[in-house]
Amino acid sequence: MDFKRYGLRKEEYEAAVSALGREPNECELRILAVMWSEHCSYKSTKHLLRHFPSTGEKVVLGPGENAGIVDLGDNLGAAFKAESHNHPSAVAPYQGAATGVGGIIRDILALGARPVASMDGLFFGSPDHPVTASLSSGIVAGVGGYGNAVGVPTVGGKTVYDECYNENPLLNAFCIGLVPLDEIVSSKTARPGQLVVLLGSKTGRDGIAGAAFASVLLSDDSKANKPSIQIGDPFAEKLLIEACLELQSKKLIVSMQDMGAAGITSSSSEVAAKSGVGMILHFDRVPLRAADMEPWEIALSESQERMLLIVDPLHLGEVQAVAEKWELDCAVIGETNEEDSYTILWHGTEVASFPAALLGDGCPPRRWPSKKPEDLEKNWHFDMDSLPLPKDWNAALLALLETPSLAPKEWIYRQYDSMVQTNTVTGPGHPLSVLRIRGRDSLLALVLDADPWKCALDPHRGGAETVARTIRTLSVAGADVLGLTDCLNFPSPEVPEQYWALEECIRGMAECCEALNCPVVSGNVSLYNETPSGAICPTPVVGTVGLIPSLEVYLPSGRWKEGDRLFLAGPCNSSLGGSQYLLSLGHRQAERPLMFSPEGEADFAERARKTARMKGASSGRALAGGGLAVALAKDGAESSRGARIALPVPTRHDVVLFGEGGPRALYSVPVGKVPLFRTIWKGYPLLEIGRVEGDTLTVEGAFSLPIGELTSRWRVR
Amino acid sequence: MKTAVVIFPGSNCDRDVICAVRETLGREVIPLWHRETALPAGTDLVILPGGFSFGDYLRSGAMAARSPVMEAVVAHGKKGGLLLGICNGFQVLTESRLLPGALLPNDSLVFHCSPCHLRVERTDTPFTNSFTPRQIVQFPIAHGEGRYFLFPDELRALEDRLGVVFRYSTPSGEISGEANPNGSVNNIAGIISEGGNILGLMPHPERVSESILGGEDGRIFWKSILSFFEKGGKSNGL
Repeated sequence: MDFKRYGLRKEEYEAAVSALGREPNECELRILAVMWSEHCSYKSTKHLLRHFPSTGEKVVLGPGENAGIVDLGDNLGAAFKAESHNHPSAVAPYQGAATGVGGIIRDILALGARPVASMDGLFFGSPDHPVTASLSSGIVAGVGGYGNAVGVPTVGGKTVYDECYNENPLLNAFCIGLVPLDEIVSSKTARPGQLVVLLGSKTGRDGIAGAAFASVLLSDDSKANKPSIQIGDPFAEKLLIEACLELQSKKLIVSMQDMGAAGITSSSSEVAAKSGVGMILHFDRVPLRAADMEPWEIALSESQERMLLIVDPLHLGEVQAVAEKWELDCAVIGETNEEDSYTILWHGTEVASFPAALLGDGCPPRRWPSKKPEDLEKNWHFDMDSLPLPKDWNAALLALLETPSLAPKEWIYRQYDSMVQTNTVTGPGHPLSVLRIRGRDSLLALVLDADPWKCALDPHRGGAETVARTIRTLSVAGADVLGLTDCLNFPSPEVPEQYWALEECIRGMAECCEALNCPVVSGNVSLYNETPSGAICPTPVVGTVGLIPSLEVYLPSGRWKEGDRLFLAGPCNSSLGGSQYLLSLGHRQAERPLMFSPEGEADFAERARKTARMKGASSGRALAGGGLAVALAKDGAESSRGARIALPVPTRHDVVLFGEGGPRALYSVPVGKVPLFRTIWKGYPLLEIGRVEGDTLTVEGAFSLPIGELTSRWRVR
Repeated sequence: MKTAVVIFPGSNCDRDVICAVRETLGREVIPLWHRETALPAGTDLVILPGGFSFGDYLRSGAMAARSPVMEAVVAHGKKGGLLLGICNGFQVLTESRLLPGALLPNDSLVFHCSPCHLRVERTDTPFTNSFTPRQIVQFPIAHGEGRYFLFPDELRALEDRLGVVFRYSTPSGEISGEANPNGSVNNIAGIISEGGNILGLMPHPERVSESILGGEDGRIFWKSILSFFEKGGKSNGL
């Protein structure tokens, strides 16, 4: 059998033959090739993902389900997950992004949760590259076009521009939903003698074997892969959401699974394997868009807006009535049984049959050789004496603020409905997004972040820094951290240095998660993000969820008050390694990012939360891209207030002002609260750096800019 | 006062507006599926909410305007009953010819969501009687097709009969191009029917009906409607 033609390796083919006890037929081979693709099977990363802590007192559902769920208290759970849709977005930006949003919303819905908010991680090529404008505008329009219509607000995100994403943009979609803990729908609860029901859109040839396409390098031929691109219909998705939630509230669903990668096969075999039941599917009963589709095409179609339901035969009539109300197709396509096999029939004839668990779990793991890059340490050496201090500090700060990754993203988030569902307390354009939970005091706090440059310089430190940044932001706002989801966007694992970076990034992230007690409850991996012109930087994207006890103790950023004292909480000696400042000067590989300090981070998080809870400050911002200088500029601009600042430290001012990394925050403290604030931070590096006054932002020995100029140069775009 | 909120397939602000009216006024609000052919008995106010009815794959609101429920809604409006269309609901009202004009794609050609300042041009309507004349309020907008358009002679007639209720303005109340988020003629954000009982507007009062969401100007809007009925105003619908 020519297994290579379908993309299977020799050992995979042999594993299949041994599990089946015979040679697979062509239909089975095609199914196996997709189910055992990198995208579906995680064969290269499964063992690495075990490094992540995934349990904790707040974890209701960890990795392995459609999404993770954390406990919000009083029988309410938050289900969330992030997922990449990179390859499709590179080839067909609007549809790739739109279906990325649609897919993650269905993941949340599959647990019985109502999706309440989305965020997006956008990674675009250099603005000068000829295709960046069309890719970025298409992706943004796709995210908005889908999310707006389906009525799930896009409340935040992260946008990065870098030449490593030229022609290989990344689109990571995050979604969160709410579900009463006693109403969670599981994929493990099917029993023999129940019906397999397909609800939603008809099955067509769109997206056939898209998961396999996502598991190879992007090349010039990729554009010929347009048939692998799914087409989104947000209207159908909106109907599907309402129908599924109505079915769930009427307790008519035994189990539910969304159809994403590898369509019917993946969703149904997963339910069979997890529930420990057999399943027979009649593919001739699947409602089709194209009459002449073959069974393997039906098996692997990634047509959007479909859900697989397991229904008790007694409830079928009621299920059909709900489907009819929402004008959705609803077809019984199979039944569960007590066998151990997953079988596909075509007009009564068997076309494929597997042991139920083979498709999901049978793929032999894949280990790639790993090698530390030879130039890694060389890149860390940077002669700071060769870097002169800026001659014109004002120009240096303005230039930094105007770099595409730091510049305001209003042109993006204005295209997103960030307010529908009327829960958005803090929307896009802020370090974190905050949502109220109807009928409760507590607020959901969400952050999405990434730092590919530090991950490229030092994957371990960069991975830890990425996770830490999200937790710092949540802690400063006053949130308890509940858990995170991640998208691991990496280039091909087949290059030993790239595989090493993947391993090290994961280790760094895991170290930070352990130290800060932040379980990883869901996520996905996207490999092979490279084109003939190059590979992307290692890009782990982290979406972290926290809970703020009440609006009263939520500490926002950008709220300076006249006369407030400004404090830098945290050490002054950060690093320019991987900083926006050095990047903007063209030093991509220079300096080592700061070492992760588990004790320092935990100590900071504790004190930051205390500051918010005890109302010790009027405004707080964890330092991130652009360091202290950009934090000052953003807070000043948002507050429409100036400040006079002196930095009484011997460290070079460019390092203090533009350095990044480590647990640090800028606080604005009312005079009367200064003693309390100092008490909270006693024993931690703390520096009073100035006061809020007037309408000019002045740092002695560095820049001095009228706030009006800052806002007009920086805000408007 | 009894309110019915129509839900079309693809409506997505129905729950928001139901909550805003219920929580601000504490009065009865009934969700009404689009396939219904009659309004609940005693309905005083019908609201057509925002969203993407039927996906808005045709002209926005065009499909919804032909939904079964619309016959009863049109009859309610024609008899003088209070009828309110917000965003997609406004589009349904123009598609139903209950209000003049059309809502075209924004001049930027992209979806636009942001807070917006509006100047209240009429305070003698059932929907705006609790605002002060020329009050500047903040309601957000979120639409891709909100550019109000009317041919010049009809526009003149609309202006002459003081049919414009809300205009996009600067924070200080100037009606300028800079304040116009979508290219609407004369900065028009909301208009009322000749009978004074049918209002359509693109901005979302339901999104600023609680301080936690960043504004409470929408409460004045809902309270105006309640005050209209409490002062003996009649909705002459079915």
